[in-house]
Amino acid sequence: MELFQDLLGPAWTPVWTLVKIVAIVLPLLTAVAYLTWAERKVIGWMQVRMGPNRVGFFGFRLWGLGQPIADAVKLLTKEIIIPSGASRGLFLFAPVLAIAPAMAAWAVIPFTDRLVLANIDASLLYILAITSMGVYGVIVAGWASNSKYAFLGSLRSAAQIVSYEIAMGFALVGVLMSAQSLNLVEIVKGQEGGFWHWYWLPLFPLFLVYLISGVAETNRAPFDVAEGESEIVAGFHVDYSGMAFAVFFLAEYANMILISTLTSLMFLGGWLSPIPGLPDGFVWLAAKVSFILLLFLWFRATFPRYRYDQIMRLGWKVFIPVTLFWILLVGLMMQTPYGHLFH
Amino acid sequence: MLENYFPILLFILVGLAIGIGPMLLGWVLAPNRPDAEKLSPYECGFEAFEDARMKFDVRYYLVAILFILFDLEIAFLFPWAVVLEQIGAFGFWSMVVFLAILVVGFVYEWMKGALEWE
Repeated sequence: MELFQDLLGPAWTPVWTLVKIVAIVLPLLTAVAYLTWAERKVIGWMQVRMGPNRVGFFGFRLWGLGQPIADAVKLLTKEIIIPSGASRGLFLFAPVLAIAPAMAAWAVIPFTDRLVLANIDASLLYILAITSMGVYGVIVAGWASNSKYAFLGSLRSAAQIVSYEIAMGFALVGVLMSAQSLNLVEIVKGQEGGFWHWYWLPLFPLFLVYLISGVAETNRAPFDVAEGESEIVAGFHVDYSGMAFAVFFLAEYANMILISTLTSLMFLGGWLSPIPGLPDGFVWLAAKVSFILLLFLWFRATFPRYRYDQIMRLGWKVFIPVTLFWILLVGLMMQTPYGHLFH
Repeated sequence: MLENYFPILLFILVGLAIGIGPMLLGWVLAPNRPDAEKLSPYECGFEAFEDARMKFDVRYYLVAILFILFDLEIAFLFPWAVVLEQIGAFGFWSMVVFLAILVVGFVYEWMKGALEWE
């Protein structure tokens, strides 16, 4: 280690940081790839099908575990079509705009109390800021495609994302009030003491709002009117093909994992163990994230798609009043001797 | 202090690279044989007609404006929520007044039907 440090001199810090970033990004991308596999498998089982079960490694089928890799190779060798009416630059830039925030948000995510790339005090603010950028990818894609389906899809999608972002923001305010910190490590530490001390209990309505908004935010079923196959085919990315499409796909699934991780950190105690005696650790975080991801898939297999006016009504007329009320309630309780109930 | 933010900057760059890299790779590895039919915008079997950048419902614009108002509100609430314990009752009631004004506006737009989609 010191040998490298001497060898690289001033370049050491960037190189070492880059190594750490790769150590986060590679497992993340693997998780994204296998989330697509898990989704098809889980939904398959829920519909009494097998799901992907052919592509394996070295002649072994292995429950179709080779499927994501085969998909990637296939997409890699497909032509990237740029429609004649499209704005070429924007058209190609939109997928990048979608995935960069989904990746960059991981810079401040703590995996355990010491395992965090950038432990900054404003980490939650940074998350809120960077995840808001994702909507630009959708808008730009819909506009640049110069296709009616893509245009309508992106308008719907953008309006839906910004609507639910408000409810999400209000839910975060509740967490901040309980934790009295913007730092994600501190927020998790504020939940120490086992299952009944995590914030899901005192902030239960906000927890539900955050979880459901997360599903809406990532344009997942039952909120997937943006790509409602039965009316506007694939929504904003209908004109994308090959790797340009794959990048959008990656971004959607990376966002799902991000939202699940944030929910686990803020409401389900992150890496803390549910039973006081047991040791804390990354395993717990992984288990909680997997559980929420399973919920995402389960929702998709279970619920029929909402109508667009129902989605907007839920976001504006239900979630915003509920969150506002709960914020005031928590604030009011903190002025009384019962404030500790919300910490 | 500021060097804490360096990894974030680097991470954003890596994020951009994760977007650009595969697309470049796809551009190099995949075939590229365009023709007029293939390049016409998707229109579900129809010949594409008119420009796709058409007029759209003004309610999307309304949603965008309301979003800005409420998002600003959240930006104000964030620092308040973090120090609520230190600023005590005075801080709390100040924000209640502030939120009350917001709620008046919210009720108004609700009654005006700005949140209706049929």
